[in-house]
Amino acid sequence: MSQFLQLLFSGLTVGATYALSALGFSMIYNASGVINFAQGEFIMLGGMVAAVLTASGLPLPLAVLAAIVVVALVGLIVEKLAIEPARDADITSIIIITIGVSMIVRGVVEVTMGKGSRALPHFSGETPIALGGATLLPQSLWVMAVTAVVVAGLAVFFGRTRLGKGILATAHNRLAAQLVGVDVKKVLLTSFGLAAALGAVGGVLIAPIATTSYDAGLMLGLKGFVAATFGGLGSGVGAIAGGVLLGLIETMTAGYVSSSYKDAVPFVLVLVILVVRPRGLFGLGPSERV
Amino acid sequence: MSEASTPPTIGRSSPEITAAALATAPGFRSRHLPVIVLAVVLAALPTVLPNAYYYDVAIRILANAVLAIALNLLIGYCGQISLGHAGFFGLGAYGSAILTTHRDWTAPMALLASAAIVGVVAWVVARVILRLKGHYLAMATLGLGIIVTIVLTNEASLTGGPDGMSVGDMKLFGLRLTGEKVWYPVFAILLVFAVVLAANLVESPAGRALRALHGSEVAARVVGIDTASFKTRVFVLSAVVAAVMGSLTAHYLGFITPQVASFHKSVELVTMVVVGGMASIWGSVFGAALLSLLPDLLARFEGFETVIFGVILVATMIFLPRGMVPSLARLVRREGR
Amino acid sequence: MLRVENLTKSFGGVTAVSGVGFEVAKGTIHAVIGPNGAGKTTLFNLITGIYTPSSGSIRFEGVEIGGRAPERLAALGMSRTFQNLQISMNLTAIDNVMTGAHLGLNSSLLAGMFGIPDLGGRERAARVRAAELMEFVGCGAYVGAEAGSMPYGALKRLEIARALMAKPRILFLDEPAAGLNHTETHEIEELIAALGKSGVTVVLVEHDMKLVMNVSDRIVVLDYGKKLAEGTPAEIRVNPDVVAAYLGAESEGV
Ligand SMILES: Nc1ncnc2c1ncn2[C@@H]1O[C@H](COP(=O)(O)OP(=O)(O)OP(=O)(O)O)[C@@H](O)[C@H]1O
Ligand SMILES: [Mg+2]
Repeated sequence: MSQFLQLLFSGLTVGATYALSALGFSMIYNASGVINFAQGEFIMLGGMVAAVLTASGLPLPLAVLAAIVVVALVGLIVEKLAIEPARDADITSIIIITIGVSMIVRGVVEVTMGKGSRALPHFSGETPIALGGATLLPQSLWVMAVTAVVVAGLAVFFGRTRLGKGILATAHNRLAAQLVGVDVKKVLLTSFGLAAALGAVGGVLIAPIATTSYDAGLMLGLKGFVAATFGGLGSGVGAIAGGVLLGLIETMTAGYVSSSYKDAVPFVLVLVILVVRPRGLFGLGPSERV
Repeated sequence: MSEASTPPTIGRSSPEITAAALATAPGFRSRHLPVIVLAVVLAALPTVLPNAYYYDVAIRILANAVLAIALNLLIGYCGQISLGHAGFFGLGAYGSAILTTHRDWTAPMALLASAAIVGVVAWVVARVILRLKGHYLAMATLGLGIIVTIVLTNEASLTGGPDGMSVGDMKLFGLRLTGEKVWYPVFAILLVFAVVLAANLVESPAGRALRALHGSEVAARVVGIDTASFKTRVFVLSAVVAAVMGSLTAHYLGFITPQVASFHKSVELVTMVVVGGMASIWGSVFGAALLSLLPDLLARFEGFETVIFGVILVATMIFLPRGMVPSLARLVRREGR
Repeated sequence: MLRVENLTKSFGGVTAVSGVGFEVAKGTIHAVIGPNGAGKTTLFNLITGIYTPSSGSIRFEGVEIGGRAPERLAALGMSRTFQNLQISMNLTAIDNVMTGAHLGLNSSLLAGMFGIPDLGGRERAARVRAAELMEFVGCGAYVGAEAGSMPYGALKRLEIARALMAKPRILFLDEPAAGLNHTETHEIEELIAALGKSGVTVVLVEHDMKLVMNVSDRIVVLDYGKKLAEGTPAEIRVNPDVVAAYLGAESEGV
């Protein structure tokens, strides 16, 4: 029982970061129909920038804030320079563009911050909290709490604000949104900035638990993509459910079945889901019309 | 489909129409001349290649070009993305390695068996996942490739795990294939074959059907094209080619690690196709050459290779969205007018 | 030749086609008309196998074909065009038309790779026939063109040529004159009439009433997915339900 609880805690922690990553994927997918293969690099970049800044003496909260701002800016730049000019390219070309972007980000980090792995200090100490026979790191609480706050914030943003509603409208029908006066360019830009910021938040949250390095982005990104697909691309609820579920299943497999096949689990799972439900668990989307 | 169902009153024939129609058929100049040029260049190349290192570079280009052509049939012509094709390459490589090392099979038998196994695997996979579209297909193929890599890494008793395993020489018709100079003609001949067969295919009714279903799947189905079957067959074809190239590459290199099946390798292959030019056979040859040479060319920029590589990808897609060869060919044609 | 009975299709809450039935006799020209959203295209999609009916029956020459895949219906001699163009822009114009001959050519990959398919000159014959059909539908000027460089009107004709290339016994045309100017519409009208004379059974959806009234032998009127009326052009013209539906739709629509 205590082992189960322990796995549940770490599963929820990992799952929360996957959920943030998946939300980033979904947001960009919604606004632009693009799967951003550089999403994982945003996560990595967030952790790395924060770690470098704290190492150079900046107080942790400031470093975290700065990291999120920097990554959000990178997101905006990426959209302006790489995505917007290629609006009409086909899916394969855009996938290649985002892969190119991820190489640029990874390369720049490698050159400027080095190849070594880095860790961020825990936000509020490393003394584990005992709970029902299992232990929980305070950082895990941070991860889950911040994720919950971010999700609530996004719900308000999409439900209440003009820009948020504009993003949803664009996702639903770009042309119609344009006709009713939604500024589609702004929507695109915002979604990239937001998605990058989300990635950075995930990155700084998880960096104290799992160290980060220039090449950590790939797996983080792929798992976010899996989580987003799992829940149904473009569905917010799906991204969160997909992320948490993925984290749980992955840790449970590692604990009870085989830790060496832990990394294969998400991919096997997503294949099974796609075969049974080609649009993911929560994906609806219109069927194609002729 | 009886002839009688076409009333002869629809349309009329005239010598002018016939001539105009036949002028649209691919001619000798566009179809066979470049192949002859390629063959001559490949035959002449050994006279200028100074040493084994350059032979090795040439072989890598040739092997990648064959892989890219086969993948282009799937991505560029048929419009179905695969982000996991290195998985099939890896299965072919490890199939040959394992069967020759652990089972004492002869290399050609191992190659054929691996190719057959991959063919069956690809067929089963294709039946299931080719119903998916766009990013969902990208995800599924990506997942497959990664699963292959993880299995190859974890089944250490068979594969040697992450450290890899060595592969013996290949004997073909009593000839031991070893060393760059012996392998070069093998890969060169394969490339010429690949170009000829692919060029024939894309101009044939089957090739037209592939291209048509890429353009409009529903229109293709309405004229009787079994799109599911075509996608499956092309997927299997490109997977089997990847497996065969994997087997040969394994014997050539003499040593393989699970990296041969990695996501990175899959992306590299897709990049060759897309940067060279989707739905362009010569684009694939060019893309393979460029991307195989790039790491060496960029080595002098110590550390910045990845960044420059990324910039090239992004810039090509933005400024030459159809890929280098088709975009440049277009430019030349326009100048010519 | 074609007999539709009690055909129904719902998408979630929307019933796009509801209990529709009619019969098309061999060698006639049949029109399906109705206001926007009446379910005309959905009806075509059901008959040509794009959608699976929710219920009801579709019989083609006595054989039940409801839910059968379009590629199998093509083999029975069914062909169609689309309201919103479905042209493969990555192909040349003549290649698009030649895809219509797919079932008559050897489409095996191996044969394609080893260059065997044109042993009997069938590919060559298909190419010539494709050009003749392009000429016939009025886009002969584009025989050497890329589909991507053709104007809209020519592409609509190209779709008809492709459909004819498949040697259809029955041909479905979904709004062949939509978006065309007066002269072009008239040319399409003559084209359809010529097709009818040559013995092809034609079913068409069209909003241009003059065209419909001129070429049709029979007309089915749909409204909100239901059959509102059926008859000869003369009967439909004076049918009070039809007049009401159209006037209603027009005053709403504007
Ligand atoms: N794939 C689909 N999914 C959901 N609803 C659909 C689908 N296809 C059609 N509909 C709905 O069915 C109804 C009938 O549409 P349909 O396209 O058949 O009309 P139509 O008579 O062809 O109209 P128009 O004259 O504008 O072409 C519409 O309300 C439409 O929104
Ligand atoms: Mg319609």
